[in-house]
Amino acid sequence: MKKIYLDYAATTPVDPRVLEAMMPYFCDNFGNTMSLHSFGQKAQMVLDESRKTVANFIGAKPEEIIFTSSATESNNFALKGIAFANEKKGNHIIISAIEHACIMESAKWLGGRGFKITYVPVDRFGVVNVDDVSKAITKETILISVMHVNNELGSIQPIAEIGQIAKENNIYFHSDCAQSLGKIPVNVNDLNVDLLTASGHKIYGPKGIGILFVKRGVKIEPLLNGGGQELGLRSSTSNVAGAVGFAKALELFNQEEKIAELREYLCSGVLSIPGSRLNSPKTGVPGILNFSFSGVEGEAITMRLDMDGIAVSTGSACSSNKLTASHVLLATGMKPEEAHGSLRVSIGRWTTKEDIDYFIESLFKNINQLREISPFKNV
Amino acid sequence: MYSKKVIEYFNHPKNMGKIDCPDGVGKVGNIICGDVMHLYIKVDKNDVIEDIKYETFGCVAAISSSSMITEMVKGKTIVEALKIEKNSIIDSLEGLPKAKIHCSVLAIDALSESIYDYLKKNKRDIPDFLEKRHKIIVKNSR
Ligand code: FES
Repeated sequence: MKKIYLDYAATTPVDPRVLEAMMPYFCDNFGNTMSLHSFGQKAQMVLDESRKTVANFIGAKPEEIIFTSSATESNNFALKGIAFANEKKGNHIIISAIEHACIMESAKWLGGRGFKITYVPVDRFGVVNVDDVSKAITKETILISVMHVNNELGSIQPIAEIGQIAKENNIYFHSDCAQSLGKIPVNVNDLNVDLLTASGHKIYGPKGIGILFVKRGVKIEPLLNGGGQELGLRSSTSNVAGAVGFAKALELFNQEEKIAELREYLCSGVLSIPGSRLNSPKTGVPGILNFSFSGVEGEAITMRLDMDGIAVSTGSACSSNKLTASHVLLATGMKPEEAHGSLRVSIGRWTTKEDIDYFIESLFKNINQLREISPFKNV
Repeated sequence: MYSKKVIEYFNHPKNMGKIDCPDGVGKVGNIICGDVMHLYIKVDKNDVIEDIKYETFGCVAAISSSSMITEMVKGKTIVEALKIEKNSIIDSLEGLPKAKIHCSVLAIDALSESIYDYLKKNKRDIPDFLEKRHKIIVKNSR
């Protein structure tokens, strides 16, 4: 059966050119960067090069890039590391209401350990209002963390403006850029961030590698103590192959991608189905589209599409196992039953027009069939 | 996450649709997930459910549970039908994920509401337990 992957926001396939670049660093050049001999030296050199490539791509200095195991680790590191290094300054943290679970849960964890958390709301398209962030600031605020692009809606947040406010108030600013890196420009200077998270497997790189940008001078506690790798901020034997893969993945983004065109095509096709609605803002990143269909449930549509070989998701992949509706969609003001009806389609490097045609045909058929079953047939 | 049986019933649902002039109708919903189930029954003079159909707006588990309960109940008397518990639906579906247990309860509720409606329409005595169940279901779907 035909297999069509339209879930690039969940994870991306590794680009074969990335894999090729990584291959020498498993069996041949496997050295430990901490070793003094030539194996170690070679590994250290390659790691430094990768760090430089990553730093250049986002406008940072090499010593400001910390390799981690994932965006989840980077986000945990940013929140907990800043909180504990700066608790003498204050105990208040501001995050948005639509952050990824790893920020939400880290904040909740800190909330149980004496920190106060403020959740800034979003509008109906999932965008934070800069004034709300301003208003949330208190004398105790030590950190603001707002994601660049939301993973369920694709909405882009006013990061540069929030960063400006943070700067004026002398508050550290972190942004989770897992869904924006490679899709829209990400530059630490333009975005006014002190800390920034990104992940390898969202950019056609491997799983198991992420980064945290930590601006020079930022006070942060490490999560992992040990041999002192990554400038003493993240001990663990270096994942050289992963770092090479991350860097190579970024290099490949120099070629412009034509996802915006496909987005229009996909969007008009889906919206030709009666009773369909676009939940994503028109100004969101091109790759992520969130829809609802009246009278049918998102999970049911997803499973039917899977029978036709098509992979899409309801909300974010992490919440697929939960009964409660997505906190992101609820934050935009949707009712729980509407939020349950949502479908996220995310396109990427290898999506074709033919894929989209096949998807829309199958979607049309399956929605009709599910509406047959539904008591709410009239759209 | 779903068993093969669940997927099979979801992809090839049995007894879906509406019955014209049904003898009993049960309409229930779960306010947390927003799912809704309508169940229609046709009952003969011996209290045997001779036909049963459903309409469900809901998840995979809700659709397969509705489909399963209609199969289990067809040809049974209303007394037998009221004895079906959520566990027998879950077992017949070869299991449901924990978060989806309530979907099978929805099917049980819809069935008992349809029988309640049938008895009420025919001015028949309604057993205590059924009256109690009815009150709880109505309260919960507000
Ligand atoms: S999730 Fe509520 S009925 Fe299935």
